[in-house]
Amino acid sequence: MATPILTQTVDLVARFPGMVTADERPGYSGFIVNKENLIEVATVVRDEFGFDLLSSLTVVDYIAENKMEVVYHAYKTTGGAGLEFKVQAERVDPIEIPSLTGIWHGAEYQEREGWDLYGVKFTDHPDLRRILMWEGFEGHPLRKDWKEAFYEEEIKPYKSRWPEGKHTFAEDRNPFHDNLNLPKDFDPEKYVVDKEEDLYASLERHTMKDEDGKMKTDSVVVNLGPHHPSTHGVLRVAVTLNGETVMGLKPVMGYLHRNHEKIGERNTFTQIIPYTDRLDYFNSMSNNFGYVTAVEKLMKIQVAERAEYIRVIMAELSRVQNHLIFVGMLINDLGSMFTPAFYVFEERELILDIFEAVSGSRMMCNYYRFGGVVRDVSDDMLQKIKDLVFERLPTKTDEMERLLNENELLVGRLKGTHVLSAEDAINYSVTGPVLRASGVPYDLRRADPYSIYDRFDFDVAVRHNGDMMDNYLIRFDEIRQSLRILEQALKQIPQGPINSQKPNYQVKVPAGEAYGRIEAPKGELGFYIVSNGKGNPYRYHVRAPSFVNLTAIEKMCVGTKIQDFVALLAMLDIVMGELDR
Amino acid sequence: MYGLGIIKGLSVTWKRFWDTYIDDISWAVSGKKRYRTEEGVKHRSSKNAKGIFTVQYPEEQLIVPEEFRFLPILVYDEGADGKKEVRCTSCGICAKACPPQCIWIVRSNDPVTGKPVSTPADFYIDADICMNCGYCAEYCPFDAIKMDHNFDIATTSRSVYNLEKLLKPASYYKEIRPLNYAQEEADRKAKEAAKAAKAQAAAAAPAA
Repeated sequence: MATPILTQTVDLVARFPGMVTADERPGYSGFIVNKENLIEVATVVRDEFGFDLLSSLTVVDYIAENKMEVVYHAYKTTGGAGLEFKVQAERVDPIEIPSLTGIWHGAEYQEREGWDLYGVKFTDHPDLRRILMWEGFEGHPLRKDWKEAFYEEEIKPYKSRWPEGKHTFAEDRNPFHDNLNLPKDFDPEKYVVDKEEDLYASLERHTMKDEDGKMKTDSVVVNLGPHHPSTHGVLRVAVTLNGETVMGLKPVMGYLHRNHEKIGERNTFTQIIPYTDRLDYFNSMSNNFGYVTAVEKLMKIQVAERAEYIRVIMAELSRVQNHLIFVGMLINDLGSMFTPAFYVFEERELILDIFEAVSGSRMMCNYYRFGGVVRDVSDDMLQKIKDLVFERLPTKTDEMERLLNENELLVGRLKGTHVLSAEDAINYSVTGPVLRASGVPYDLRRADPYSIYDRFDFDVAVRHNGDMMDNYLIRFDEIRQSLRILEQALKQIPQGPINSQKPNYQVKVPAGEAYGRIEAPKGELGFYIVSNGKGNPYRYHVRAPSFVNLTAIEKMCVGTKIQDFVALLAMLDIVMGELDR
Repeated sequence: MYGLGIIKGLSVTWKRFWDTYIDDISWAVSGKKRYRTEEGVKHRSSKNAKGIFTVQYPEEQLIVPEEFRFLPILVYDEGADGKKEVRCTSCGICAKACPPQCIWIVRSNDPVTGKPVSTPADFYIDADICMNCGYCAEYCPFDAIKMDHNFDIATTSRSVYNLEKLLKPASYYKEIRPLNYAQEEADRKAKEAAKAAKAQAAAAAPAA
């Protein structure tokens, strides 16, 4: 049954007098740490207080107070509430804040993101380059004084739409047309990609090792992607190879970057919900869930009882179909094209039919609202879900396992490759099935229960070897546990209203901050939201599991064969909509 | 024995290969058509589906559920003399709720009094920008804007829909969303009845 939440409070102020102050802004919580003492405090937070998992690291630009703030959310993998601490710096370039990569390696990409989008220089970061924007880009787009191409107004709704809304195309609307902010002396006609030395230099530094002088061989730099059938979208990976062995590896991302967070900050709170569908487009239900959980935390509202059950049912169905796709695509990447992938797609079709019937769309569901869900699930539809959950899905899962689990070729490819130890997994902030396959039973549905997950009887799926085979098998374990939750939820679902709030396109969100996180199929999906009491969020940050899980990819790959890399990429279960945001 | 796992897996494929034919034959024997009929398509997307799932688009199409949403339409009621009574009052709520801001509404003023009239002068939806989220239909207080079911709209040009293109009769709306339509009509009748009762009570009160 549910693990009791550890309510032991951590008082950093008492432990570090003079170095730490409590954050007393209304609606805020946590501690503000002096910039000079950050490393010292963070070390104690990890080693003494036991917050071993750095969940999220993000930056907020308080332009009115002329401050840049870095917000850290650390948690314990044994479960319980987290610890939030912040560092503030004057908003005068260069903004320098010590890097925490030495304490939590999971900070690496998130700090790079902070540098890229906010221009915060994390000193002593091993590889501080842009991560989502392109190398020649000028400026830091998430800063409040940066304006995007086709900029219209600070916030939506735009005044030009009503009552005198003469339609214009975006490119005509703007006097600067595409409003590109190009570097000085930049001529697009003559542009050749020459800023990639940084990328290749970062590879060299990590890899060039002396070959004990026996035979001189050069390592080869290979670029996998961005257009490669097995990279699950437009991910590029620069690899240095010694023969077939990977010596160093750096993912290059941002090809699908659209600055989701900036769009979110322009939107009203309600308008963000359909945009979250587009993050991890396989699991729009889970994305909605994470976002509304965060905003409901801020609004301090109760969710209607029936809606809680509907939410859980939809989120778990989403998890089942995500893991089914995962299996299909993994096998696809390993070279067994189509057969297993199409078998799982059949089951997924049936689940998507349900999503379509309740929400109106197969993939972009836009189904959750603050306080509940948008419309009720009819009894017919509940019967359909029951048929699937009680009859079809268990047998089909068995069939998939019979099809694949003992297949010698598959076992040969997966067993013992890309082992990730539990310590490394935690240190690199890896979450979700990948962490659990390494032997850490950390599942937010148990460790920090949200919604009504504390009412269900289920086991946290865990495997202990941390290799690819365990990563593959754990998905089946999770499908079975999800089916268990679904069975209970379908039996217990009460009648009643489906929303505790009145439908409203403009919600009132009190000023403050909230970090809401859920166990998405791919890992911990977190939303950090700062509201200043107006109709739009002041800061909207997505802690995307695909993005953070990728931090460990280099660690897992160095020393292995390049052929296995493709399988690893499938195994990390990344999706570019969420990774690039 | 090495290879046993593969054989075990192949038995699954083998079974599924025959499933399609068995299903086909059993349908043929019972005299029903598995392909190109609504019944057949329904069967292939039910929990009892066996063998091949494929729906042969475009000869066959999946039956879309009522809640399916694809691009908005503006509903008008047909007046007695065939006059289009546009339900939209150009209040602008859809334009404000729209996440990608793809709705433009031109509110018109009465040339004599100068006051705004309720029917919109024009109404644009940039279908290329629309993300089919359904907020406009969800928050419309007049049941005037609804989501369509028609999804084969591929064109080679940009699609900006104006009022004329967006207007659809209430009968069309009733056809694609019968349950929603019935519910809304019932709600409206109840509201009108309540209003009439209230007016009656108000009229009766001073007399008493």
